[in-house]
Amino acid sequence: MRRIAALLAAVFVASLALAQTPPADPRRSGYADMAPAVRAMQDDDAANPAMLWVAEGRALWSKPEGTAGAACATCHGVAERSMTGVAARYPAWAPAAGAPATLERRVGLCRELHQGRPADAPGEARARLALLAYVALQSRGLPISPPADRRLDDARAAGEALFERRLGQLNLACAHCHSDNDGRRLAGAAIPQAHPTAYPLYRLEWQDLGSLQRRLRNCVVGIRAEPWPADDPHWVALELHLTHRARGMTLEAPGVRP
Amino acid sequence: MANVLVSAPKQARAGEIVEIRTLASHPMETGFRAGTNGTLIPRDIVREFSCSYGGVTVFRMELSPAIAANPYIAFHLRARETGPIVLRWTGDNGFSVEETVTLQVA
Repeated sequence: MRRIAALLAAVFVASLALAQTPPADPRRSGYADMAPAVRAMQDDDAANPAMLWVAEGRALWSKPEGTAGAACATCHGVAERSMTGVAARYPAWAPAAGAPATLERRVGLCRELHQGRPADAPGEARARLALLAYVALQSRGLPISPPADRRLDDARAAGEALFERRLGQLNLACAHCHSDNDGRRLAGAAIPQAHPTAYPLYRLEWQDLGSLQRRLRNCVVGIRAEPWPADDPHWVALELHLTHRARGMTLEAPGVRP
Repeated sequence: MANVLVSAPKQARAGEIVEIRTLASHPMETGFRAGTNGTLIPRDIVREFSCSYGGVTVFRMELSPAIAANPYIAFHLRARETGPIVLRWTGDNGFSVEETVTLQVA
């Protein structure tokens, strides 16, 4: 009798434990749906072309530039220590701009204000991308953790609305593909859930390294809408929403995507 | 900025087969693409890659416009003696990069 009671108690405890396991996270990084060859390319630093930009960024980090003659290392010291976790929390509030800024905008602001360099050409300036890749690498493997900063709330809400808003001649919102039809295919390409887990990343289609903003511009042009200018608040708002959606997911930057 | 990454073992036993892996930063512009004004963008590719080990060319490769940007080249060689492995990329518009790694053979 006692044995049966013990058995029943064990079953009861086991069923409790089962009920308490949290449901598996339905969110998937684009990495999970890539072909094994592309995954291997991302996993191996000797084969990942993004590492070329990281090497450039590492060289730029300690190179004095601009009228101030300062290098990034002059203020920030060793990137492996000072930049850990930085890429995981951007976009964040940039006091110098009085607005939320993406990490590449923040790098650009630093170069203008503290190094006294002329502003980089808007968009994908090579040196800025190289520094971005180098800084992002210092957060590889960390969870995406957007800051709980009330000043970001308005822009984040605007980004969420924008994600649901129909745009362009095809009259599609981001959500129509990335929330309603993720995991299916658009012609030959898999539709991902649009979690920005690996930016900046080397895209085989571009044969180049690109920022999240470039990827978003690609999507906007794809639905035949007029893209906003580089570093426009709309892009920042969308990035804020996307990082909030992907909070807690592991950062893989710098990644490779097909 | 010419920039290459080389991944090679530092040491090897005599007779051991080692793998040398390289990545070179290069746009590999094919010469077949049209620019925004309709004229062809001139070809700009890496034409040749070669590797010499202890003064002897052990690997050589000609590259064509069909090869993607930032070419990844990997090959094997047999470790014979301690010596420099000199890797050289040459191409259009005077592109020329040389990188040397030393292999210690015990």
